Amino acid sequence: MWFAVLAGAAGCYALKYVGSIIPAHILEQPIVKRIVLLLPISLLSALVAVQTFATSQTLTLDARVPALAAATVALKFKTPFILVVLIAAVTAAALRYFGLAA
Amino acid sequence: MNTTQTEWNLARRQIVGNAASIGFAVAMYGVSFGALGTTTGLSIPQTMALSLLMFTGASQFTLVSTLASGGTALTAVIASWLMGTRNAAYSMRMTPILKTSGPGRLVAVQLTIDESTAMGLAQDEEAFEGRASRLAFWATGLSVYLLWNLATFIGAVSVSAIGDPKSFGLDAAIAAGLFALVWPQIKSRTDLSVAFGGALIALALTPVVPPGVPVLAAAIVAIIVGWVTGRKLS
Repeated sequence: MWFAVLAGAAGCYALKYVGSIIPAHILEQPIVKRIVLLLPISLLSALVAVQTFATSQTLTLDARVPALAAATVALKFKTPFILVVLIAAVTAAALRYFGLAA
Repeated sequence: MNTTQTEWNLARRQIVGNAASIGFAVAMYGVSFGALGTTTGLSIPQTMALSLLMFTGASQFTLVSTLASGGTALTAVIASWLMGTRNAAYSMRMTPILKTSGPGRLVAVQLTIDESTAMGLAQDEEAFEGRASRLAFWATGLSVYLLWNLATFIGAVSVSAIGDPKSFGLDAAIAAGLFALVWPQIKSRTDLSVAFGGALIALALTPVVPPGVPVLAAAIVAIIVGWVTGRKLS
């Protein structure tokens, strides 16, 4: 078990580290610069989509979907961050409490 | 009275408040992680070592659940690396913003995860000479690190979690929190298509490939769009 814990941790740190040692002149090239700028947008959007519509390997529609819809409306009205998060939590929790969504 | 100073004080307070709230939301999952770790057969020190040393939630959950479902140690390790690959892209983007070197760089690297990167990039990069982006990254990274580890410990020693985080809507809260942080990063039509493209690819792949891979595959969209639009500029 210690093998899995330590090898897993070492690899994950190495992955984080690799990104930080890429020389500046490579990152300054227009194509690389554009890609690095867009990478977090595509990865984080994908993460939000999976966190909203997926349970393990199944696509699902549950309380998270209306919660994210409520959050989107809140964002449109420039609601502060903490409130957006609270609105989503309360929507999902309430729908589940009243048995209206899984 | 210096107005920039007043504005900075205001911005600073808001950033630190947001960072703390992200830390608390994530911590609820830390309790679940700690409980899952010890019920899977990891010892308390092993479970803690994952939160302290690996410190990237998706990889930790993947490692532990692969072991729990009967996977070998090697499969579990490789699955956790796969999950952690996106952090390499995050540190590529964050390093020039953070302007760290030496030991500071090594600490920043460890704190580079979804939440700290998203908070750092949600700020205007030019605001207060970049101080807003840097503070957002550091405050979020440190708040999540402290609370995640504290929560892991509580979960690991108390074994039974305090309840299903889902019944508090925390799964939706975390998704909405990340969404709120991606939102300000989308400044053009190109950004928007990259966001939608990434989301669609991830969802399309979800049923057919192991968890973790769909999000990683979304990188393809950034690479293609970045290559095409970058070539026009050069």
